[in-house]
Amino acid sequence: MQSKVMWLKMKKSKELYLLFLLPFLYFIIFKYGAMFWMIVAFEDYDATKGVFASQWVGLKWFKAFLREPYFLTLIKNTLLMNIWELLFFFPAPIVLALMINEVRNNKFRRFVQTVSYLPYFFSVVVICGLIVNLCATDGLINQVISAFGLQKISFLNRPEWFRPIYILSDIWQKAGWASIIYLAALSGVDRQLYEAAIMDGASRWKQILHISIPGISSVISIQFLLALGEILSIGYEKILLLYNGNTMSTADVISTYVYRRGIISADFSYGTAVNIFQAIIGLATIVLANKAARKAEAASLW
Amino acid sequence: MQKRMKKETTLHFSKDLLFGIGNAFLLSIFTLIILYPIYYMFIVSISGSSNVIRGEVSWYPINLNWDSYRAIFKNQNLGRSYLNTIFYTIAGTSISVSMSALCAYPLSRRNFYGRNLFTFLVVFTMLFDAGMIPKFLVVNALHLRNTIWAILVPSAINVYYMIMIRTFFQGIPEEMVESAKIDGAGEGKIFTRIVLPLSKPVLASVTLFYAVGQWNGYLSPLLYLDDKKLYPLQLILRNIVISNEMATMSSDITSMHISTVNIKYAVIFVSILPILCVYPFVQKYFNKGVMVGAIKG
Repeated sequence: MQSKVMWLKMKKSKELYLLFLLPFLYFIIFKYGAMFWMIVAFEDYDATKGVFASQWVGLKWFKAFLREPYFLTLIKNTLLMNIWELLFFFPAPIVLALMINEVRNNKFRRFVQTVSYLPYFFSVVVICGLIVNLCATDGLINQVISAFGLQKISFLNRPEWFRPIYILSDIWQKAGWASIIYLAALSGVDRQLYEAAIMDGASRWKQILHISIPGISSVISIQFLLALGEILSIGYEKILLLYNGNTMSTADVISTYVYRRGIISADFSYGTAVNIFQAIIGLATIVLANKAARKAEAASLW
Repeated sequence: MQKRMKKETTLHFSKDLLFGIGNAFLLSIFTLIILYPIYYMFIVSISGSSNVIRGEVSWYPINLNWDSYRAIFKNQNLGRSYLNTIFYTIAGTSISVSMSALCAYPLSRRNFYGRNLFTFLVVFTMLFDAGMIPKFLVVNALHLRNTIWAILVPSAINVYYMIMIRTFFQGIPEEMVESAKIDGAGEGKIFTRIVLPLSKPVLASVTLFYAVGQWNGYLSPLLYLDDKKLYPLQLILRNIVISNEMATMSSDITSMHISTVNIKYAVIFVSILPILCVYPFVQKYFNKGVMVGAIKG
């Protein structure tokens, strides 16, 4: 009986199923197909034998990764890079949005917005090309430094400069774009609150502290949760383009390591094991962070 | 009493004015920091190479010439990769937008049986990312490596953009759909004749995002393409700008006395030129689209 009702309902949606067919196949083949391929992490994958005939080795590759002497360096670099991001990049678009929101002249406001979104549309290769050339020993930045009579710095060969360069260029490229969501939230804050505050003689600084920031706090906490979910998956495209043997000690992160082991050395089983490790940590952090946010009765993702 | 109040408000007024000026000043500096490197790159690319090497170029071009652009346009690798990228952008964006809309429409319909299950299946892929190697193995197993399909298909649907479209679809009044149904229109017709035409703003912004993504695409070609004939612009750009591979241009560089710095900046500039040209026109449009997704999503 129940299956008959189900069948009827499905029949009623049949046109929608037809429309959904291609996207559905896409997700099954490329997304869930990739999840299926994760099993090579548990075998000694041999391309000539195929995924079904390769030798099953259980957790061998996971153990190998965890016992790797380099493991701690990778974890440390990945976490530090993300913590730097959370500390220095994360607040940048919020500050920018609050500042843009205080501009009363519409033309200037639109100009600042237009300019600040622009670099977001440049490719990671362009951004890194700019960094490499501007930070070169004969590049613009060193020209300025030597004009002040200071010693030139070979920025891209110094491990201690890698994170600052990474974060600063991220702010340059993405802070404007990331501010959009906060600006949208700020435009939703009740105008009457500001009017009442002005009546009470609150300065603009006070208005920001007591109206604007609380008004967008739920958006901030959602963005923070999303950022936390990515804590073990830093944008490695940029690192791949910027790092070199000299900066490896701070620049090498889990994803770049996976790229070298998995793609360059074709060590598929090992690379997949590390990918699984990352995916699980990523999922766990986002679930835990969301739980914490719900407990604190702040805005949560679900 | 009244006098004191007046004094306080004027004090606040001047303080607020100062705040406004300081704020505008800081924002002006910020825009300068963003614009100057782009401008600097351009003036270096058209300045004399010896002036560039001596570090004399900082505010305006010196010994203006277009030699580096001439050298670039003669380069066959670069020209081919430019055409490849134009193709990938047009084809990839078409596939992505149609697939995303096809995915979004059923998920936006309340009468779609199994909607919650399918939505979960789709959103889950956003939370649990299989990672680089499994994705590579899928593309490899389907024999898509070193074909154009490796660039166009494996990341065709971006779930975030798809949800933006779905949210917009859900905002279309149910009565319009119902009245079309009474007139005998099937789901396919409702989708193409009613829902899609009404969703131009969100489709325009998503099209732009996909197009920019394809234009700037670097990771998929890096992972899936070994054949230089298929290389998109970004890979050639990396070879020239970051890996210093300029063998194919060395004769021009020596005969025209161009420095490699000139070439590098010129190549970067050529690659962002389409974005700089389109940007002012579409800027307003996508802004709205993002707002729609941001507020409701």
